[in-house]
Amino acid sequence: MINKNSLRRKTTGALAIVLTTLAIALSGCSSDKTAGDDSSKITIGIPQDIDGLDPHYATGAGTKEVLFNLFEGLVKPDENGNLNPAVASEYTISEDNKVYTFTLRDGIKFHDGSNVTVEDIKYSIERNMGTDGSEPLISSYSNIDSVNIVDDKHVEVVLKEGDSDFLTQLTVAIIPASNTDPATNVIGTGPYKYVSSSPQENFIMTRYDDYWGDKAYIKDVVFKIEANSDAVVMDLNGGSIDMYARITSTQVEQLSEDFEVYEGTMNLVQALYLNNAEKPFDDVRVRQALCYAINPQEIMDYVSDGAGTEIGSAMFPSFTKYFLPELNDTYNTDFDKAKELLAEAGYPDGFEFTITVPSNYTQHVDTAQVLSEQLKNIGVTANIQEIEWNSWISDVYSDRKYQSTVVGVDASTLAASSLLARYVSDAGRNFTNFNSAAYDEAYANAQNTSDDSAKTEYYKECERILSEEAASVYIQDLPEFVALNKKYTGYVFYPLYVQDISKIKLATE
Amino acid sequence: MSKARKDLKRNIKSNPYLLAGLIITGLILLMTIVGIFWTPYEPTAMNASEKLKGVSFRHLMGTDNMGRDIFSRVMYGSRITLLIAIGTVAIGAGVGTIIGALTGYFGGMLDEVMMRIIDALFAFPSILLALVIVSVFGTGWIQLLVSLGIAFVPSFARIVRGEVLRCKNMDYVENARLQGVSDFRMIFVHIVPNIKGVMASSIMIGFNNAVLAEAGLSYLGVGSQPPYASLGKMLSDAQQYMFTMPSYVLFPGAVIVLMVLGFAFLGEGISRWK
Amino acid sequence: MKYIIKKFGMMVATLLVVSLCVFLAFNIIPGDPALKMLGTEASPELVEQVRAEMGLNDPVLVRYARWFLNFIRGDFGTSYNYKVPVGSMILSKIPITLTMGIMAFIMTVLVSIPMGIVTAKHENGLLDRSITVINQVIMAIPPFFSGILITFIFGMILRLFTPGGFVNYTADFGKFVRYLIFPAVAIALPKVAMTVKMLRGSLIDESLKDYARTAYSRGNNTNGVLYRHILKNAVIPVITFLGMALADMIAGSIVIEQVFSIPGISRILLTSISNRDYPVVEAIIMGIAMIVIVVNFLVDVIYRIVDPRIGLEDE
Repeated sequence: MINKNSLRRKTTGALAIVLTTLAIALSGCSSDKTAGDDSSKITIGIPQDIDGLDPHYATGAGTKEVLFNLFEGLVKPDENGNLNPAVASEYTISEDNKVYTFTLRDGIKFHDGSNVTVEDIKYSIERNMGTDGSEPLISSYSNIDSVNIVDDKHVEVVLKEGDSDFLTQLTVAIIPASNTDPATNVIGTGPYKYVSSSPQENFIMTRYDDYWGDKAYIKDVVFKIEANSDAVVMDLNGGSIDMYARITSTQVEQLSEDFEVYEGTMNLVQALYLNNAEKPFDDVRVRQALCYAINPQEIMDYVSDGAGTEIGSAMFPSFTKYFLPELNDTYNTDFDKAKELLAEAGYPDGFEFTITVPSNYTQHVDTAQVLSEQLKNIGVTANIQEIEWNSWISDVYSDRKYQSTVVGVDASTLAASSLLARYVSDAGRNFTNFNSAAYDEAYANAQNTSDDSAKTEYYKECERILSEEAASVYIQDLPEFVALNKKYTGYVFYPLYVQDISKIKLATE
Repeated sequence: MSKARKDLKRNIKSNPYLLAGLIITGLILLMTIVGIFWTPYEPTAMNASEKLKGVSFRHLMGTDNMGRDIFSRVMYGSRITLLIAIGTVAIGAGVGTIIGALTGYFGGMLDEVMMRIIDALFAFPSILLALVIVSVFGTGWIQLLVSLGIAFVPSFARIVRGEVLRCKNMDYVENARLQGVSDFRMIFVHIVPNIKGVMASSIMIGFNNAVLAEAGLSYLGVGSQPPYASLGKMLSDAQQYMFTMPSYVLFPGAVIVLMVLGFAFLGEGISRWK
Repeated sequence: MKYIIKKFGMMVATLLVVSLCVFLAFNIIPGDPALKMLGTEASPELVEQVRAEMGLNDPVLVRYARWFLNFIRGDFGTSYNYKVPVGSMILSKIPITLTMGIMAFIMTVLVSIPMGIVTAKHENGLLDRSITVINQVIMAIPPFFSGILITFIFGMILRLFTPGGFVNYTADFGKFVRYLIFPAVAIALPKVAMTVKMLRGSLIDESLKDYARTAYSRGNNTNGVLYRHILKNAVIPVITFLGMALADMIAGSIVIEQVFSIPGISRILLTSISNRDYPVVEAIIMGIAMIVIVVNFLVDVIYRIVDPRIGLEDE
């Protein structure tokens, strides 16, 4: 209809201008590699944002693993699961396990250059106790009677009840008492000090050259927040990040030659957690039937190409002192046995239930899908309901309104109690509503014993009860793959959820 | 041969868009309908020894990371995606047209109030609105359908209102008004049919947007529940295998593109109907 | 003037509705921000204490009123998640998303309007047909997928940019803009396709109308008709569309910021929704709402200039 040549010339002219501008802009985009070339810099991808810089209020596991490099407690865990003196240079524990006395390390300084004093220690511990009448930030701190300054070198922590495991709780960060705003003014004693952070973008820290212990190798460290886990491989191969912890086995296969993959474990108790108060899981036979129906090895094959470590109770293998490998065999896959148990429990034709699973954890979602297929073998239908992590915390964990869920439970400290306390019948964290008088007794015995080997034996008793009672369907400790550019070396795994960057060094050194 | 059939035949011959649209949409529909009764494998059946296999006679589109047959899953996924898209457009265009036509025609208080609400909803980009609604309703494809439907109402309402505003001052409407045509008749018999060109393209764009928004929301982590996946969910699950097993990405992606293209061509073809 | 005052009143009304909607919506969403803040290890007593401190136990309307009054005073509260003032946190992110949105919008307008005219002028020509088909294909690709393809082709193969190598504007403005080119292209692509289609259809429709035929038949030069009459009328639905497209670009940026790892407003918004970080979500949504509403206002004004028949009854 419309047809005129002059206009055609004008419009094509305009197009040409646009295209040239684009071309000019594009030619400016040379492939400048920003990260990695500087010899003492490393960029590390992390899956979630840092949710607050105050070490006492930080709760996200992803935040704690980063803050581990900035802050230290009186004692500090190492890669072998030992607690070493940090801000304290030594400690003594009284016979009755009630009085813990610490000696302040000589010459230790905060990142701002001021000396660490016994007042700072008292302040930091009391801040977690909630001395102003508020609730303690760490629930076990309600057992602290007082924190006393003995002299300007010594502090004693006095407990109400003797507890031989209490040292594991004293890893809380020591911060300066004079700091009025710990949430923005970040001062600790760790091998790295804080530089800056930007929500959803990055967290930057630099080596603390006056560190009391072995100084870090790499000078500048940037944690880059990777909100999109699918972009991780591209970012690693493209060079915008040098390291990423917890990549999946399929991502490992796609990495370029430039990367070394370190394999460890995530130190999680992954299980199909069953709400023991909900029908039909209030019947031990039903729970046992599910245990007989599933095959952990097959789950590992699907989810992470066979990597992972089978577990049979609420304990993972890194806690070598407590782990009982024989519990893996309490229930070996046996469909007939499972059907028999279901029939006894009154479900000869199986039943239908829902697995609620947090959508942000691919490995748990995948596990739920495999479980759902495996349970079809005994006539049980498992529907999967994905929910947001935040709804999971409130609905499943806090309100316990669920039938079953697949997640991994980690240990917040090096004490066995951090994994086992939640199964005590009236524990606030007992989200599976597990209820066993025998368990409560064994756990109480462990708490009341100061003899270490007897204590360990009681904890093992607890694990056996969980296994026999089929508290939940325990599956595995998930494998952890860490990709590190070959320019760097020295990644170490911890039995806790931390990333120790101070041990990473340039491969050429 | 009836006139309608003759018309269709003539149009198909002279109108490549209509032909292409009919063929593509027909194939997609055929695959989806067959999928209701039969799929080569159970869409959720896993097979550890057949993980991430390429195209073969056993698996026409290969297998995914759980060893599931992608062709069977695509057949199933198309059904969910189609239902979501059709439902979304039905809610969006239906409610949107009514609101837009009434407010545009009558103006006054009704217009003011409705447009404030529409503006308020419209101030949220539709994908964001759907995201918020999904957070309230929970995840699942029906929730997604309703959320997207609500999210699509404002844009339809505004387009229709704008068109009605434009038409209502035109001569033919003035003439009809002088002849004493009732308001209801005026809106739905005289004005709305006259904006069918814009409506048809809006509905086609709306359909496309629904399929694409579903994919986008799946990418952002809300959408259909595993192990049953919509096409968008499959594509978003598959993207990390782009370099190692391209067929896993390619097929769901291609079906989405074809589905959208088919309807787009159909729309184009209808608008060129002679 | 009266018109502007009236429009301003409407704007305020809309914003009130928006703020109430947002507030209520996030009140029904399951999930407890106090619990989220404290994590799974916290005791129920501590959670209760923090809830009280955050004022979460007050009735909804009390909280709404408190928040609204503070909002007017420019106090957006403190982020539950980041524990920093929301205002300063958002302020530093606005330029990122805004730059990207404006780049995408400029690309859309510059490319699509000439293309729309060309295709309409050569209706059914080879150029028209191929552009139409290409447009259809572009519109059929899910945005996140085209984003990934762009990253793959231009980032991994051609190495024109480093995937995930975003540089903040505070660090280096040039590199910042350069990194945003491809995300902006990803956002603009489907918008270009749609605008071309829209403008083309609209131009052809108009050219068939009586007034255009009359103008032709009176021997008017076609370009004159095109510019003076057809384009002016044809552009009305396109303006509506572009107005909406601007809002859509913010939506587009949600997915694209995720694909290209850009720490802009949309990503903050997305994470804040799932973190139940109400103060941040409310502030951002109110911000977006304001932008969209201002754009709508401008669209209305442009409407009146282009087609003075609209809104005559308001005078």
